[in-house]
Amino acid sequence: MAVTDWLRRRFDQVAARRQAPPDEVSQRTTALALRDNEYGYDAFGLGRAQLETAVRTAGWFYRHYFRAEAHGVEHVPATGRVLLVANHAGQLPFDGMVIAAACFLEPPTPRLVRSMIEHFVPTVPFASYLLARWGQIIGTPENCRRLLDDDEAILVFPEGARGISKPFSRRYQLAPFGLGFMRLALATGTPIVPVAVVGSEEQAPAINLKRLAKLVGAPSFPLVPYPPFIPIVPLPVKYRLYFGPAMTFTGDPDDDDEVIADKATAVKRRIESMLHLGLQERKHVFW
Amino acid sequence: MSSGDARRTVVVTGIAGRLGRVVARALHHVPGLAIHGLDRRPFPARPKDIVHHQVDVRSKKAREIFRTGEVAALVHLGLMHDPRAKPADVYSWNVAGTQKLLEYCQAYRIPKVVVLSSADVYGPRPENPQFLTEDAPLLAAQRFPQMRDLVEIDHLASTFLWKARDVETVVLRPVHILGAVHNAPSNYLRLDPVPRLLGFDPMVQIIHERDVAAAILAALAPGARGIYNIVGPGQVPLSVILRELGRRTIPIPHPLARPLWSTAFRLGLSSYPVAEFDFIRYVCMVDGSRAARDLGFAARATLRETILAVDTPG
Repeated sequence: MAVTDWLRRRFDQVAARRQAPPDEVSQRTTALALRDNEYGYDAFGLGRAQLETAVRTAGWFYRHYFRAEAHGVEHVPATGRVLLVANHAGQLPFDGMVIAAACFLEPPTPRLVRSMIEHFVPTVPFASYLLARWGQIIGTPENCRRLLDDDEAILVFPEGARGISKPFSRRYQLAPFGLGFMRLALATGTPIVPVAVVGSEEQAPAINLKRLAKLVGAPSFPLVPYPPFIPIVPLPVKYRLYFGPAMTFTGDPDDDDEVIADKATAVKRRIESMLHLGLQERKHVFW
Repeated sequence: MSSGDARRTVVVTGIAGRLGRVVARALHHVPGLAIHGLDRRPFPARPKDIVHHQVDVRSKKAREIFRTGEVAALVHLGLMHDPRAKPADVYSWNVAGTQKLLEYCQAYRIPKVVVLSSADVYGPRPENPQFLTEDAPLLAAQRFPQMRDLVEIDHLASTFLWKARDVETVVLRPVHILGAVHNAPSNYLRLDPVPRLLGFDPMVQIIHERDVAAAILAALAPGARGIYNIVGPGQVPLSVILRELGRRTIPIPHPLARPLWSTAFRLGLSSYPVAEFDFIRYVCMVDGSRAARDLGFAARATLRETILAVDTPG
């Protein structure tokens, strides 16, 4: 690809001019254990070289734009399979990026967290392969199961699209949880680490025009009260992440929906209580 | 094949093609095998001990080969992939031909049938899981009716696997075969400059032609039956393959690609039907662990060797 090659060369030139010694991000990227092949790509299309750029960008958002605080990162195990389950909000998935950055930058050894992306993403030019290079996977149960069997860490938002597109008036009110994550956790014997994200729910104070969304055939049509009125730039809110102790569940993964829903609700309650504590501690949305 | 069996003849359809010759060479190394070719094309530079029947698979003469009772196995490679041929001819050759061959095998109790299908039958789709297993639905024809023949042959062979219980049927679905072969992926990679879709760079799985021959040998072992995905040394982004081959590329925005491509095809400038476009856009990768477990098959060529195989003269 000529354009991306040119961009990459330019990036390399700029990097060489700075003559920077290997910083934290590149050390951590090199230290990360990946099962990559002779060309530096893993089975899901993650490229070590591209990951470093992504971590650099995410790290900037994490440290400087959102000035994120992470509490309880030690609850994310350094190795072994784990499902991170978090509340989802803010019109654009910056919450996923911030959680992944926290798990990569905060613990003594970097942990790569992969999240499940929507099925339409592979049809979008550039996003189609860039998200894969950064370790994101298409959200199918097969993919998730395969990665958990390989002892990887997966981030899921059981609220899904209902969560991310919720209007400002319903901030910190969690949408009903999907049950797929719980069935996968039971089937693969994976511990669940609940994550409460405080901040993302205010990053885009939007209203949702349902009629207009239906008209254009989009899942939602959010509007924000500042230019450019569509929420592509998040407000620089302060992010606070609360990782809870791991929860383990046992049972039949193919059980009735009610049984699975009880277990999923237990996770939802834990996230809600962590959110309440976080909101009480917080003095201001922006600092 | 069991050594006590008197019938040691292996019939290979499509033997005169590039892949057929690779397979014939691999079979030739196995001691005690008599190789019979079945292809309507001539097979000029063949070793003396390979018997070649230059007949149509649908003909009576083809039936005679199986009636002798000496045939121990059929390896069916002889599928036509000519995008310029009339659809009705391609259908008759591929689907009706395969059906005839399977009929002979059942009628004359041929103990082993190996059909070479392709991992393409699953179809490249945006919602595909990263690795498809053998029980995934064959959806290639959903978006491209042109792929219907391939899917239908796979279905024919899979049905035969359950219908003819006394025949050991093996259906192999290899990923993109690279080498001196003249198939769509190898031909595409031999273009220079290579057109690609702007903003799309799917992971692709590739396999060396010699590894495919090795998989066929593994499938000929007594006891092997079933449907198997056959994978090569791994998967890489398409751009990595093109860089390794040192190709120049022309990125085309995908909304323009379809009309441009179909015009080029109609004018005879390109030999790629529009239907094959999604293979350079979406992921269509398979899980080969069943073949590794049951057939003990593992590709021997490395990724680099497999990629460079498209430029080696066959």
